[in-house]
Order: sequence, then C-alpha cells, then structure tokens
Amino acid sequence: MEKKMMEETAAYVEMKHINKTFDGFQASRDVSFGVEKGRLASLLGPSGSGKTTILRMIAGLDRPDSGDIFINGARVNDIPGSKREIGFVFQNYALFRYMTVADNIAFGLKVQKKGKAEIKERVEELLELISMEDLKKRYPHQLSGGQRQRVAFARALAPNPQILLLDEPFAAIDAKVRRELRAWLREMIRRVGITSVFVTHDQEEAMEVADTVIVINQGQIEQMGTPEEICGQPQTEFVRAFFDIKRDLWHKK
Amino acid sequence: MTVKANNNYEQDMVGDGLHSLQKVIESHREEEKSVWKYILIGVCVLFLTVMLVIPLAVVIINALKDGWTAYKEAVVDRYTLKALQLTLVVTVLTVLVNTIFGVCASVLLSKFYFWGRQILAALIDIPFSVSPVIAGLLFILTFGNKGWMGGFLQQHNIKIVFAAPGIVLATMFVTFPFVFRELFPVMNAQGKDEEEAAALMRAGGFMIFRKITFPHIKWALLYGIILCTARAMGEFGAVSVVSGHLRGKTNTLPLHVEILYNEFHSTEAFAVSSILVILAVALLILRSFVEWKRK
Repeated sequence: MEKKMMEETAAYVEMKHINKTFDGFQASRDVSFGVEKGRLASLLGPSGSGKTTILRMIAGLDRPDSGDIFINGARVNDIPGSKREIGFVFQNYALFRYMTVADNIAFGLKVQKKGKAEIKERVEELLELISMEDLKKRYPHQLSGGQRQRVAFARALAPNPQILLLDEPFAAIDAKVRRELRAWLREMIRRVGITSVFVTHDQEEAMEVADTVIVINQGQIEQMGTPEEICGQPQTEFVRAFFDIKRDLWHKK
Repeated sequence: MTVKANNNYEQDMVGDGLHSLQKVIESHREEEKSVWKYILIGVCVLFLTVMLVIPLAVVIINALKDGWTAYKEAVVDRYTLKALQLTLVVTVLTVLVNTIFGVCASVLLSKFYFWGRQILAALIDIPFSVSPVIAGLLFILTFGNKGWMGGFLQQHNIKIVFAAPGIVLATMFVTFPFVFRELFPVMNAQGKDEEEAAALMRAGGFMIFRKITFPHIKWALLYGIILCTARAMGEFGAVSVVSGHLRGKTNTLPLHVEILYNEFHSTEAFAVSSILVILAVALLILRSFVEWKRK
C-alpha cells in the first residue's frame, strides 16, 4: 500500500494503458509513462508516430479511447482541458494575431477576471523573463520566429499552470537560431521549475533539452530513460537505427 | 551541423544560377504576356460595355427622357414608395436572419467535426443551383391554401403566401448561402489552434468568438452581408411567384418595375429601376471599400 502511494506521488503526470484511434488509424497503443514533478520529458519519434496525440490527450484536446490519465494523482479523463491547469505551446504558436504581445500574454489572466494591476504586474514580469519589454506593443506578424516562440511560452505560463506542454517548439524556427533557443528554453523551464513535456522529431533536441526521453514509434513506446541511457543502451532495433542516422551524420563531418 | 551548412551553401549557389536563368526566360515571357494582357483587357471591357454599361446608361437616359419632373413624379408615386418600403423591410429581415444563420453554419462546419458535415455544406449551396421560380413554387406548395400546411394556416388565420411573410421567406431562401459562402473559407483557413489555445486558458465559447474568431472574419462578414443585401433587394423570380402582385401591398420594387413596364409606362418603369440601380451602385462602392480594407 505504502509503495503504491509513493509511486502515485512520484509521477506528476501519468498515462496508463492509453489507446487512441482516429478513423481506423491507431495513434496510441497501450501507452504508459510518468513524468515526475518539475522534470522535463521529451516525446521523441518520427512524424506520424503519435507523439502529438499523446500531448493533446494530456491537454484534454483529444480524449483517449481507453486508459487513464492522472495529474497529481487524480484521474482527469473527464475533466476538461481548461480545468487541468495546463500551459500549451502550439507548434505554430497559435498566437492571437489580432492582439499585441502584451494582450496575448494577458489573455489567460483576463479570462480569469484578475485585477488590472495584478495582470499588468504579471505581464511585465513575463515580458522581462523573455526579454521582450520593448516589443510588447507589437503584433505577432511583426515578430521573428524566435520571438513568437518566446511570446507563446510567456502566454502559456501567465496563468501559472502546473504543467507545460510544448508541441514541436522549434520546428518553425531557423536552424541557425534553433540551438540558441533550445538552451534558452531549457534554462527558462528549469528556472520556473514547471513539469514539462515536449514533443520533437529531432534526436539532438531531445537529448540536449530533456531529463527523460520517451521514444515513440507507430503509437508505441519503444524505450524510456535518460538521454544517456537511450543513446548508450538502445533497447530496440528501432531506437538503435533512429540514433544511428544521427551518428552517421556526425561521422561524415 | 557543418554538413548541413555546406549543403545549404551549395543549394544557394544552384538556386542563384537557376534564378538568373529564370529571369532571362521571364523577360521574354513578359513581352508575350503584355500582348495577352491587352487582348484580355479588350475582351473584358467589350463584354462589360455590352452587358453592363450600355444597359445601365439606357436605364438612366430613359428614366430622364421626359424630364426631371416626370422622373420625380414616378419616384415619389404612392405605389412606388410602398414598393420601396416593402423592399427595404424584406431586405433588412432577410439579411438579419441570413447573417445569423451564415455565422452559425460557418462556425459549425469549420470548427466542429461530425458525420454529415459534407452533406450539410452541400445543402447550403442548393439555392445557388435551384431556379428562383422553383424556390417560389416550393413555398406555394408548402404554405399555400392547397399546400401541405395550408389547412392549418387557414384555421389560424395566418397568411404567408401572397403576403409579406411569403416574400420574406422566398427572398431568404434565394439569398441564404451568401454570408456562409464568404465566411466559411476564411474560418476554415484560420484553423482551430488559436481557439484551442484560448479554450485551454478557460475562455468560454462566446469570449473566443468575440476576441479571436470575429476579428478574423469581420471584413468577410461585412462583404457577405453586402452581397446578400444586393441580391435580396433585386430578387424577382421567387418573389414574383409568392407575391400575388397586389399593388401597394405585396409589390416589391422589382415587381413594381415589371407591372409599370407591362402597362406601357416605360418612363416610370425606368425611373423606378433607377432607384434599384442607384442602390446597387451604392452597395458596389461599399463593396469595393470593404474589399480594399480586407487587404
């Protein structure tokens, strides 16, 4: 009994035996994993492997056909995404294009009917965090990819969520600045100390940013572990092949 | 990393070479294109002159043929004013209902997925493909004295056909796809991400519509409303069938024009037509303004 309790408190976000089918296509097969509080996990897999579906199910944007989702020990399958205290960074950031940077960040707080002074203070604080105080009156289309990502990050954090979910946060960004932003994002997430899950198809990205890497292929988890474990002791043929491609590239260099 | 960078560099070189070659080809094509441009301009101008400019000019010229006083008399005639009033009332009601319907249908079909979505979208296009006369007949068959609901309506003393409600219904039928057709592609292209993002931050449906969906669609919406208004004002076929042509009661402007013309009051007919032309031109200008604003 005691042991079970410990397990439940250890994982802040937990998926148990999740299955999900879209129009006959099985996007998730018996997916189970947990993310400890304050840790940064990465769902890594090729496109079409079902990693975004898992993220959307945690956020409540999609519902699993079977299996349970737990957040902080409570089953949340029937709780709408808006009540799960989740910050979500969309692949294309989905910034509100008719609102300024400041209004984008303030949106979640305004919805919660927070006081004007409180909203202003929180927005200033986040603008400072992402070093974009000077650009707060700009609209999304006037920003670079990296700046948009930072705004999306700040907007997701504004209402003080318990979990941060990021869908391919670097996909829409120039290869040149991607590295820089990776380091920045990891640093930010560490500083805020928020439990985070991010989806990526880039091995290097997952290795560099995450504490835990969950390799997914065809809706199934292939391997789970620290970056060192995955890279050092690949347990399935798929994982080995997936990382070999990367290694080959390095050798060619 | 270096490998990638090298590749990019090579691609750029090739890209530049192709680019300059393309420029040479393009300049040749440019001359050819400009010839075609003038031919096409000629065709369009000729077509529009014959189809649009001359007829419109004829309307105005004929309306003023017997002088300004005759024109004014035709326009301020009691029956003309009644017809204008009915046309305006019908148009306002129609546009109001069709705007609400168009917004609801676009939100439903672009933001929700359900079985029968495609069928519903196809149904909304039906008035575009059905002759307005048939639309009118449908309402006669449904609400007329010998129609499907005729008995019930007579018992309760409700007049739909050969009265204003029938005219409104027929006009609504003919014009309901306009707002939807303008809004739907815009909403579809917008995607659901922004709305989902807002919903995750606990925004309610109405708040999401007001803050995120509406700013995106407002010009398309206005454009749809203008098109719908223009079409509603001018509708003849469907209205003609359900109206009953009671002068001063169920005559709209287009019907009134026809009656005047059939009674050989051609100056009056043209004068009344000119009211519709002026309204149409006003809407056109408004439409161009909206289109310009949209960009």
